[in-house]
Formats: sequence, C-alpha cells, structure tokens
Amino acid sequence: MQQRFTGTSRYVATPDLMLAVNAAITLGRPLLIKGEPGTGKTQLAQEIAHALERPLFEWHIKSTSKAQQGLYEYDAVSRLRDSQLGDPRARDIANYIVKGKLWEAFESDVQPVLLIDEIDKADIEFPNDLLRELDRMEFYVYETRELVKAKHRPIIVITSNNEKELPDAFLRRCFFHYIRFPDAETMTRIVEVHFPGLKRELLAEALAAFYRVREMPGLRKKPSTSELLDWIKLLVAEDVPPEALRSDDPKKSLPPLYGALLKNEQDVHLFEQLVFLHRRSR
Amino acid sequence: MLVRFFTELRAAGVPVTVPEFLTLLEALKERVAWLSAEDFYYLARTCLVKDERHFDRFDRAFAVHFKGAERLFERFVAEVPKEWLEAAVSRALTEEEKRQIESLGGWEKLLETLRRRLAEQRERHEGGDRWIGTGGTSPFGSRGYNPEGVRIGAGGGNRSAVKVWERREYRNFDDTVELGTRNIKLALRRLRRFAREGAAEELDLEGTIDATARNAGLLDVKLVPERHNAIKVLLFLDVGGSMDAHVRVCEELFSAARSEFKHLEHFYFHNFLYEHVWRDNRRRHTELTPTLHILRKYPPDYRVIVVGDATMSPYEITLAGGSIEHWNEEPGAVWMQRLCAAFPHLVWLNPEPQERWEYTPSIRITREIIGDRMFPLTLGGLDRAIDALKRGTTAGQQAASAPGEEERPA
Repeated sequence: MQQRFTGTSRYVATPDLMLAVNAAITLGRPLLIKGEPGTGKTQLAQEIAHALERPLFEWHIKSTSKAQQGLYEYDAVSRLRDSQLGDPRARDIANYIVKGKLWEAFESDVQPVLLIDEIDKADIEFPNDLLRELDRMEFYVYETRELVKAKHRPIIVITSNNEKELPDAFLRRCFFHYIRFPDAETMTRIVEVHFPGLKRELLAEALAAFYRVREMPGLRKKPSTSELLDWIKLLVAEDVPPEALRSDDPKKSLPPLYGALLKNEQDVHLFEQLVFLHRRSR
Repeated sequence: MLVRFFTELRAAGVPVTVPEFLTLLEALKERVAWLSAEDFYYLARTCLVKDERHFDRFDRAFAVHFKGAERLFERFVAEVPKEWLEAAVSRALTEEEKRQIESLGGWEKLLETLRRRLAEQRERHEGGDRWIGTGGTSPFGSRGYNPEGVRIGAGGGNRSAVKVWERREYRNFDDTVELGTRNIKLALRRLRRFAREGAAEELDLEGTIDATARNAGLLDVKLVPERHNAIKVLLFLDVGGSMDAHVRVCEELFSAARSEFKHLEHFYFHNFLYEHVWRDNRRRHTELTPTLHILRKYPPDYRVIVVGDATMSPYEITLAGGSIEHWNEEPGAVWMQRLCAAFPHLVWLNPEPQERWEYTPSIRITREIIGDRMFPLTLGGLDRAIDALKRGTTAGQQAASAPGEEERPA
C-alpha cells in the first residue's frame, strides 16, 4: 500500500484535498492547485514532502522563466571565456551543462516532491514546453546527447493564481484541485494548529470578527487565511481581551489591529466610512 | 462503465476528454477512492474537471446522473451486521461520549437510530455509484461510514455526503456570472498578449551573445520580432440614469482597464453617443469633447469598447433632437455609425442580462447599428468581446461603415 497523505500537524487538509493528493501520488500525475491567494497552495507541497519524508525541490516561476531552465542550461558564455583563457575544461561540453530543478528531481534516489510554483507567471508557452517531460518523465540533452530519465516519478505539485489560462493539453495531463476558502469549522482547526494555546473565547470572537470583515460588501481584497493567522498573532502579542472583539453590529466598530486584515487603503476607508455612518445613524 | 456519465458530462458542457476519463478509471482500479460516494465525487472531479468555472456544471451533471442508481444500495444497508456497527462506534467514541450515550438511552437505542438513519440516508441520496455495486460485497467500509459520521448522527445535524455536490458551492466560478476586478484584468490581459506580436525586427542582444559564444567567438547576429506592446483602447462609458444600477461593475471594468492598458482614453456619454462626450463627470457641462475630434484624432488601430445598457427610448437613437439632455442636430445612430466606420475594432459591452435584450427595442436598434458585436458584461461575454476585438471587422460592421464613410468630414 502506498503512503497516504492525511495532512500534518501544521497543515489542515480537507478530505477532498487529501483525495486529490493521494490520487496524484498513486497515479504519478502532476497535481494542479488553484485557489484564492493565501489559502496555502505553496505550503501544500512542503507539507507533502514533510509528511511523507521526501526530499523537496522547489522551482519558483517568474515571468522570464523558460521551461528549458528547469531541465538544464548550457553556460556557453563561460565556456567561451575558458576557451579563450586556454582552460582545458572547455574541451568537454558537459562541464558547462548546468542542471535545472527538474533534472535534480529526476536524479533523486527516493521519490521526491517537485513544486512548480506559480506556473501562470511564465510565458503562455511554458506549460506546453513541459508536456513531454511531465508525461514521460524524461528529456534529452542535445549538447551531450544524453537521455535523462527520472529514477522515480516525482510527486509534482503545480500552483497557479489564474493569471493566465493554461493550455488544454497541459490540463489534460494534470489532476486539478481548487482550494476553497475554508469554512468556519475548518478555520477553527487551522487556527488551533497554528496557535495551540489560544484561549477558546478569543478564538471564537476573532473568527466571528474575521468572517464579518470578509462578508463586508465591496472589499477589494478580502482577507484570507494567512492574513487571519497574522492578525491572531498580533492579537495574542498585544494581549487583546476577547471582549474588545465583540460587537453586536458588525459595522459599529473597527476590530482592533485591523491593518493586518485589510491590505489596501480603499478598503480601510470604506470600512471607516461605514462605521462612521452607523455611529451617526444611531 | 460510467460511459453514460461521461457523455452526460460532455452534454452538460464540461469539456472532458477520453484520456481524462481513462485516468479516472485507472484511479478507480487503483482504489484511490473506495466505497464512499463522497470520495468518488472528489476523485471524479479532480480527474475530469480542470477549471473551477466548470465545477458547478459538473456538480449538476453528477447529481442528475447518480440519482437514478440509488436503489441498488438499499439492500446493502439492510444487511449491515450489528456487531460491525458496534465495533465501529466504540472505536470512535471517547469515554465521556460513551457516558453521554448511556444517558441518551443506551447502546441499543442509539444503534437502532443509527441504523435507521443510515437506511434513510441511503434511500434519500447515496448517488448510487454503480462501480461500488460491482465490487462492493463487503459491508460499507469504515471509510464510507466513518466513525465521525456516527458521532455527528448522535448529535444531530448530519453533514451528508451527497450534499457536497448538491450544495453547489462553485456557482460563483461559472463564467457566465458577473465579474470582479481581477477577473476583468485576466480577460483584458488576453488582448494585451495579442499586442505583443509584431512584424518589425530588432536586435536580440542576449541571443546574439549566446549564438556568438556557441560559434566560438565569431559574431552571429540574431533578430527577434519587436515587442509591440502598445494596444490602444478608447473606452466609452454610459453614465447616469439607468446605468446607476450597474455602476459597480463598470467601475471595476474601468479600474481593470486602467491598469492593463498603457494607452487608454476614456470618455463618458449619457444614454447614447451624440456630438459631444466628456472626460470628467464633475465638469461634464463645461469641458466637452466634440465626438468629431475623437474620430479625427485617434487612428483606426485603436480598439473601441463601449459600455452601456442601451436601454432608453428608441427615439433617443433614431431621431434628431431625441436626446433627453440637449438638442442634438443629428440622431445618435448617425454618430454611432461614424464611430463604427472610424474604428473597425469595436465592441459594445452591455451590463443588462442578455435574456432581456430581445425585449428592449433600443437594444435591438443598437445591435443593428453596430453589427453583431454586443456582448454581455460577464466574464464569458468579455472573453468573446476580446476575441471580437482581435478579429476586427465583422460582417455586420461592413454594412454600417458604408454610409458612415461618406458622411465622415474631411
């Protein structure tokens, strides 16, 4: 029986997420993860590696990343320099092949976890250039005429923030999971995982206040899990009593330290205006 | 097996392909999901659906398909051995909870309730995955009815499996619904991508260095197509009156467009396009821009996006003097035709729901003028509008351009 991923002591996985991860592991397909910013997409790969005790290779994609960089790069410039200086190393082209993350993962002696982070940041052709590599888990190094094959099919986790549509041919080869924003129940578990000693009432009040802020119509950037965790960290550090968070009317007052939850000034203004209006109307 | 489900998914508009379907079967063979409808649902979704916009369609198709097969499972439930339940329950409960159960009437009663509840649940839902039927001779596995289920059952408020897909939580992601700033940006960005293609060539410095190095120092000049990153957009926004209801979505569209396009000119109009537009709503009566200037000033490679509900009295479009705000010498239709003629790349985004278009005469007239280039202001509509902007002239536009060309002042 294969190892199954069931979340870790630091990471709460919902049943559907666990199933998606386990399906991807069992069938050796890449798992594509989407979801609101701050719902722990990147962390997932780290936690899988941690839970299954596998080495983790992280490949962070930028807008300038090329698929080739994940395989290998041929450092032609230093070879030219070496050859002009008469360095004997320059004779062997293999000395100038720099391995990429995918190659490193392919060479791992135990089945590794490979994270391809924010694949949507790259050029539109990027995913297409990786089709064969992800399918067959092998690629060809033209300079040295060498075929690199994966020793073990890596567990591949790909995250996307949806900035670009991914090509269909690529999607067909992946499993897909969308991390929903956690409901209050899951959120309680997440917070408890991160702040085990937290007073129960403070937690309940904080969560209630948090969801009230999230439900405010018209917010540009709704606070997400990672912002909630930051906020609670602040509340604990400042020793805010639970009573300070309680308010019968969500719009009557600003929660303390709200700067951790609202990340843009229009939102803060909107909030303050609403609070002001409601105070006046009383 | 499941082939009918596959075809039904396709009929429901979920773009499933054969390899994906085979992957699902492979996963079932590997027992990734086993004896649990909920697991099966998650597995099928993760294998077959690759875009959260399609989750809702998938949920609906799933519910429809697996409704018919419920009865297969009733007999399994009837045969659940009591010992099995007891064992499962005692494993799951803490000492304290066990005491609680005693106070509720004891084991016997609880298990009876539980059994009844399970039977009820089977009848009601258990979207009858037939594949379980083919393999499932064992009593429902511990994962199918996990200990947690028992505990919840005792406390009331059962969170049943089937509800996961009946909850339809992903309705928001369907691309026929309205949009937020971020979604709009994504849609507009597709227009920008198009703008990068260009004919002119420029020196590729990196490529040249690279090629020269590979060439052992002999110069090898490389050229690449120039990045033509200058898509230019004219945005016309309807303000006031019936547009008040759509102010938010227009605001979002505007802010997204502002950050996506370097060359964006925006103008406001009221209800329909006449001889004047304005840039600033606070100074709309003092600082007017003649429409004629716009036609002359901006070259035809500008993309024009008109945002308006086109909902008004038909006279406001077709008659001179029809405007509700001022006396217009020429009917709005003429001005619209001129705009179409001057800018072949034009679309109209309408925040009114598309169903209502047929019943609003002014929308029909507007569509006749601009050709078949009115799109609903939803994510899907915006996508199609961007496609239309890329393609440029459509058949409808050609017809409208002829009179406009003649009337266009030199």
